[in-house]
Amino acid sequence: MAGFLDKERIIAKPSFNRWLIPPCALATHLCIGQAYALSVFNLPLTKQLGITKSVTGDWTLAELGWIFSIAIVMLGLSAALFGTWVQREGPRKSGFVAAVCWGVGFLVGALGISTHQLWLVYLGYGFIGGIGLGIGYITPVSTLISWFPDRRGMSTGMAIMGFGGGALIASPMSDSLMKAFASPTSTGVAQTWVVMGVIYLVFMLGGAFGYRLPAPGWKPAGWTPPPLKEGGLITTHNVTPQQAIKTPQFWFMWWVLCLNVTAGIGVLGQASAMIQEMFRGRVTPSAAAGFVGLMSLFNMGGRFSWASLSDKIGRKPTYAVFFILGTILYFLVPLTGKIGSVAFFVACFCIIISMYGGGFSTVPAYLADVFGVKYVSAVHGRLLTAWSAAGIFGPVLVNYIRQWQVANGVPKYQAYNVTMYIMAGLLVIGFFCNLAVKPVSQRHLEAERAPLPDGQPSYAK
Amino acid sequence: MTDSVSTEKDWSHNPGVIAFAWLAVGIPLLWGVLNTLMKSVALFR
Repeated sequence: MAGFLDKERIIAKPSFNRWLIPPCALATHLCIGQAYALSVFNLPLTKQLGITKSVTGDWTLAELGWIFSIAIVMLGLSAALFGTWVQREGPRKSGFVAAVCWGVGFLVGALGISTHQLWLVYLGYGFIGGIGLGIGYITPVSTLISWFPDRRGMSTGMAIMGFGGGALIASPMSDSLMKAFASPTSTGVAQTWVVMGVIYLVFMLGGAFGYRLPAPGWKPAGWTPPPLKEGGLITTHNVTPQQAIKTPQFWFMWWVLCLNVTAGIGVLGQASAMIQEMFRGRVTPSAAAGFVGLMSLFNMGGRFSWASLSDKIGRKPTYAVFFILGTILYFLVPLTGKIGSVAFFVACFCIIISMYGGGFSTVPAYLADVFGVKYVSAVHGRLLTAWSAAGIFGPVLVNYIRQWQVANGVPKYQAYNVTMYIMAGLLVIGFFCNLAVKPVSQRHLEAERAPLPDGQPSYAK
Repeated sequence: MTDSVSTEKDWSHNPGVIAFAWLAVGIPLLWGVLNTLMKSVALFR
């Protein structure tokens, strides 16, 4: 008899209503998306000893920055390392492990905060929580693609939209909890982390236990797989993750994701400073915070809308739009500063950030098209190392180029211009990488034991 | 390959369960979006 967490236990009856799966996926992604809102704790954490101000022995912002860095590195590593395990064991077990890691990560971190041991915070949130992030991120991907073969982009877009939306919930929730727990002897951060850890654990477990897998050969009522185009990208065959990383397609797609993310992530972190420096005296700090909030909304909305659009126009054309439109917009940004149009500047960046989010959410469906559905979580996990790499390239490019320009006498309001042109250049390279993605050669395809007509996974052990 | 299906109860046809699942994720998300929108208003003042 299959164990409670086993894959065999959750194979659904043919009449199962597939619309119960997206909320389960959202429950996972809305929780782990908190990672984007970690910075709300930075200032209070620098006052853990002094409470009202930083005193000797309090943690510095540089030390605290490592918490996020470790978590993101662990996200990439664990997605790559555990991708095959997630695929083999199914979404209930991997969702359960992700929930436990994420929840326990918060609790261990809270212990570190209350005892003022930074290594415990690194271990808890960074290491353990980071593993939860990686496993949780890829957990719903192949399940959603299996349930929605007719809307692969929309279904994964909905889940990955949750990752963007998680920060929108976590940020005000953290603020409210810290205010409630703050006292003359405490900043309230440790207590907030305990509460958040428990809430996330419960929510993510709810999602994990709700997952079901379609029975082999299942397809949506009334849907027939569209006929495959000769020489088209979409395959009904499968490529194992070990084989996928040996194909040029995987590495072209790795660069597609990396370059698209690099272009977005660099400006995401600098958005507030950038708008204030480019429009000095016209944009206040609170208006800049509003701009950052607006970008978060477009980041989230783009994840759903671009991925859904990719179902209609195809993945490759969707990325082509990202790269062409992104290049044009990055070239236009310096012009917005020259003509002094804040509205034009905001519009450019909102579209750019929507495509940054869209890049994340469209890639699982792109991978499923090119490498097949069966191992998509494992291949996706390996591709997410591109995100970790972009997390280093993007901010380094933006920060250091700006610093170098300011040091060489360029006025601050013009210091971002070269960066924008470099970002546009990266997107041009990304365009050609995307163009180079062709159907996978026959020799890389897995020998099919029991081919299914619509590319459904077989769940063979 | 396994052909067995879950022995667990299938709740997916209960409209209450579907509504609960969507509300459980939709309400917090809507709350977060509204909060962010309210902050963003400062940009247009």
